[in-house]
Amino acid sequence: MRILNLTAGRLSRHRRGPIAGALLLLLGLVTAGGLYTAVMTPASAERTQDLASQVEEGRKLFLVGCSTCHGTNGEGITTDRGNNLGPSLVGVGAAAVDFQVGTGRMPMAQPGAQAPRKDVAYSEEETAALAAFVASLGPGPAIPDESDYSIDGLDSAAQEAAIVRGGQLFLTNCTACHNFEGSGGAMPRGGYAPKIRGVEPKYIYEALLTGPQTMPTFSNGNLTPDEKRDIIAYLGSLDDAAAIGGFTMGGLGPVAEGLFAWVVGIGALVGFAVWIAAHTTRSNKKKVEA
Amino acid sequence: MSNELPGHGGSNLPAEEPIPNPGLPEHTWRPTDIDEAAEKRAERQIAAMYLLSMVCVVLFVITYFVADVGDNWNTILGLGASTVGLGVFLGLALLLIGAGTIQWARKLMSDVEMVEMRHPARSSDEDREATLAALSAGGEDSGIARRPLVRNTLLASLGLLGAPAVVLLRDLGPTPSQAAEADYPGAGLEKTVWTPGMRVVRDVVGTPIKASDLEIGDLVNAEPEAIFPTEENGYPELHGAELLIAKSKAAVIVVRMEPESIIPGENRDNWSVDGIVCYSKICTHVGCPISLYERTTHHVLCPCHQSTFDLADSGRVVFGPAGRHLPQLPLAVDEEGYLVAQSDFTEPVGPTYWERDHKDIGDQGEADL
Amino acid sequence: MSIDTSKVATSNSSAATAKKPGKAGAVANWADERLGLGTAMKKNLRKVFPDHWSFMLGEIALWSFVVLLLTGVFLTLWYHPSMAEVVYEGSYDPLRGVLMSDAMASTVHISFDVRGGLLMRQMHHWAAMIFIASMMVHLLRVYFTGAYRKPRELNWVIGSLLLLLGTLEGFTGYSLPDDLLSGTGVRAADGFMKSMPVVGSYMSFFLFGGEFPGEQIIPRLYTVHVLLIPGILLALIGAHMLLLVYHKHTQWPGPGRTEENVVGFPMLPVYAAKAGGFFFIVFGVTALMGGLLGINPIWKYGPYDPTKVTAGSQPDWYMGWPDGALRIMPGWEFHFFGYSFALNVFLPIIVLPGLMFTILLLLPFLESWITGDKREHHLLERPRNAPTRTALMVSLMTFYGLMWAAGGNDLIAIKLNLSINQITYFMRVAVFVGPAIAFWITRRWCISLQRHDQEKLLHGYETGVILRSPEGGYTERHLPISESAAYTLTARDRDEVYSPDAEADASGVDAPGGRLNGLRAKLSELWFADNVQKPTAEELEEARHHAEHEHELTASLDGHAADGHQFDGHHAVEGETLRGS
Repeated sequence: MRILNLTAGRLSRHRRGPIAGALLLLLGLVTAGGLYTAVMTPASAERTQDLASQVEEGRKLFLVGCSTCHGTNGEGITTDRGNNLGPSLVGVGAAAVDFQVGTGRMPMAQPGAQAPRKDVAYSEEETAALAAFVASLGPGPAIPDESDYSIDGLDSAAQEAAIVRGGQLFLTNCTACHNFEGSGGAMPRGGYAPKIRGVEPKYIYEALLTGPQTMPTFSNGNLTPDEKRDIIAYLGSLDDAAAIGGFTMGGLGPVAEGLFAWVVGIGALVGFAVWIAAHTTRSNKKKVEA
Repeated sequence: MSNELPGHGGSNLPAEEPIPNPGLPEHTWRPTDIDEAAEKRAERQIAAMYLLSMVCVVLFVITYFVADVGDNWNTILGLGASTVGLGVFLGLALLLIGAGTIQWARKLMSDVEMVEMRHPARSSDEDREATLAALSAGGEDSGIARRPLVRNTLLASLGLLGAPAVVLLRDLGPTPSQAAEADYPGAGLEKTVWTPGMRVVRDVVGTPIKASDLEIGDLVNAEPEAIFPTEENGYPELHGAELLIAKSKAAVIVVRMEPESIIPGENRDNWSVDGIVCYSKICTHVGCPISLYERTTHHVLCPCHQSTFDLADSGRVVFGPAGRHLPQLPLAVDEEGYLVAQSDFTEPVGPTYWERDHKDIGDQGEADL
Repeated sequence: MSIDTSKVATSNSSAATAKKPGKAGAVANWADERLGLGTAMKKNLRKVFPDHWSFMLGEIALWSFVVLLLTGVFLTLWYHPSMAEVVYEGSYDPLRGVLMSDAMASTVHISFDVRGGLLMRQMHHWAAMIFIASMMVHLLRVYFTGAYRKPRELNWVIGSLLLLLGTLEGFTGYSLPDDLLSGTGVRAADGFMKSMPVVGSYMSFFLFGGEFPGEQIIPRLYTVHVLLIPGILLALIGAHMLLLVYHKHTQWPGPGRTEENVVGFPMLPVYAAKAGGFFFIVFGVTALMGGLLGINPIWKYGPYDPTKVTAGSQPDWYMGWPDGALRIMPGWEFHFFGYSFALNVFLPIIVLPGLMFTILLLLPFLESWITGDKREHHLLERPRNAPTRTALMVSLMTFYGLMWAAGGNDLIAIKLNLSINQITYFMRVAVFVGPAIAFWITRRWCISLQRHDQEKLLHGYETGVILRSPEGGYTERHLPISESAAYTLTARDRDEVYSPDAEADASGVDAPGGRLNGLRAKLSELWFADNVQKPTAEELEEARHHAEHEHELTASLDGHAADGHQFDGHHAVEGETLRGS
């Protein structure tokens, strides 16, 4: 810690305690950070926008970041060859925007078979503004309330029942694409059903509702909000559950298990076999027969 | 050893080895052979491994009684403590006994190489002669060679004993045609439980589906209402094997797409309702259930072997090892607006079998009303 | 029996009674008087086994089989082989109240409510995977070293049957919990049965006791899994070991080793300790894997339901390659006269594995037919010394491996960001082109390794010391390899191409089996083509003479490292002179 005292004069350097420099540095950082937070960060809780100005802000953001592919009014753009540059957003609803932008899938970094999840490009208010703008283009699914997708409000017996039913619904509707652990799966032509574990419940609800990319929709007439909530509860229970059998090796099923059987199992045992039959240490000395 | 290969038309190979066998190399000793201290050290090492193994056994027994299972598993680092603890301690206990024994063999047991001579695999000529003599003496005594009537009838009677063994297995199961006459609903390879006017209900929950419930892009995993009997709908109770047999043929997927996207098969113009189509969920390849639906392309993919079908085009195969289109269930709406089947499937559902009389998409004919 | 008086003491310091045998001696005596163990054991106690790690691969299979028997018996104490419908009321909450078969319910019970139950289940499953993997590795070792030649062809056949039965045993075993994943596999098996021409639907109905899934299949698979196949496996393993003991183990060539002897260590105590110790190691590794690595979490798959499926539905790894064949097969189905022939299923899943297994069985006989070699072989061959044999197996492995990868095409697609369609198209071509390329590359590689060995033998090994002659030419200094290394390199047979007996004998009668014989001769020629034969004694003498001559020319450098600083003052070089001066 003396290194931080090097800037002091030769005499002062030795008057100060060894950690004085470090303490001063820490104090300086805390002060600067605190000032920045207090002064520079907009107090988002206080800012209220009325809907019209939110839609207007959303429209401005949309023109800059989204209209190249989705058209200035979200009507979608089809190229001369008939390819879809960006689909129409009329009627997709605020939920779709909240999902796509909130998980970073949109704006898409490059065209491709699928929009992967990546770093989020917009802040929370910007996302809300975009969602408001797109919702204004045509009626569509709204962003859900927490009560829509959380079983916290239920008593424990109802919670248990929700998880059981959610599991059966999950196995019927979801595992075919997303796999029994929600680890994801392949779709045609380079597409894939992504991993759905560790995803915020709100986004799962929105994905079910809006059918992102090539995913089918599970509108509220298909899977009721309660059923969606149960599926989300089941996924949560998978996250909460301990791995009672040991490490799960990715939750990919027999292919991963076979890999481990060969690499770990056969690898270790052949290694032991090499050890067993290896020449032991030799000595140059000769044995003296007693 | 001679390099002569019998049966070859003369060998002109050089007979001798270019380098003679130098014999076994001189034995070199291990430190544990010549140094008493090393020997004692090795002994202590091996004994330590055995002792450690015993400690692991004690830990195993403790873990067995201490680590909870059942309703409330104890966990360690997010893993089940019972499994991990029992496995690690048992594994180490066994591994240490093994490692100790191996070290004993490697370090302390004599490692002077020994030589043992081989014997040819064949028996000696004397043994062969003696055996042949015994066989022929026995054969002579039995007279089997000169009694063809006895011999042949023996062989025939023994051979015929195969028949009871085979025949006894006949009741392993009914033939397909016998099964078709069984009295549970939808019996036989060619029928399912679907009947004209039967409602289409959501799987797991059993609620009937109104056409207006569904939006474009929706995928519903559905069943016939007979799978969810209630007092209201009056269908008979289905349990156990009959329930599974019914589900394995009658499960369907219902999707809604833009009506213009549908290319109806011949005579199938009225099989869809407002862009809602219904197909068998059972793949025509080897029978896995399919519901990997791509909303934008209307293709459905089977996860087992990647057969892909186009639901906008009568379930035609567009990729993969399936050889046949997916059977389509003709849909209608009843008076209350619920989706119903017009009839059973017009062709057998599921994997191909020899007696399956194939009809192309256009040959399905009208739905039986 | 009169008392033995020969041991009467001549003094008072020792007892005057006949020497009583010790406790162990008494037991041994009791047993021998009834079983004649002395005769049976006298040869085998100090039987010599050669030592090499690659000889222990079959032991991995043997010991994992024992682990399977032990853990399997444990599981049978709680498992119910019944498809009766029950409501689950055990301690795994997400399945409470769900209808399932008793088989599934009992398996969930073992996993959650029996202490050590999940460990045993997982150990059993890992041991099964290792059992089959080790059989394959052992098979490859035996093949690549030529240990399957006479007199061991029958042992090879027994081993191939063990591999086949082990695979079936694994399939029946993992289907027993009646969970979603294995049930999907059973459903696929039903599809395979149905695809067989004429008898397909009958076989399916007889196997399942009616329509799929029925309620007979799990109990029937149980009987096959715990009784029928283990019985046959035990008998075949016994026969396999018996032949091994009778023929004695093969050994690598080397100093002191010949075709007529076995050099190694005795059964008692060395091999008893090594093999016994290895048993504990296999058991221990399996227990560690069973405790630390979760496998087959059936409670997450849920009970089998013919309307549910999971992405990534694959069989266990050893059935992966037929699954791959099934995936890449084009959809060839033929319909005629009211019948349907599902060639798209029948070919990859019934015909192909049958064909591959038959080829496997026939490999030793094929080789002995082509080479015409009827000698007994007890010395192993290095893979490089049999290029065609090695290349053949490598191309079969390539075929197997590509099919295996095709079976995981959806996982490859998501992990490597590829399209499953493209992977399938690629594989359709690769499974034909790949083995051909692999064959060619392997064969040339082996031959080039042989040439390198020949170089070493004749000209010695490269020391890395470069010498420059006064004229400016560079040569590398070679030193002769040790006598034992040289002997080992020449301890192999000379290849002889099969040639049929003379076309016609003296009376003008053609030799029997004419055209087949011609094919045989041609194949034999191809089998041994480009093989580098070991040198004759004269060639070796000549090469050594040549080497000695070279050494004389560089003698001035003997005793010094030729570091190039001899004449530039970096170190003292009294007595050294420029070569030639």
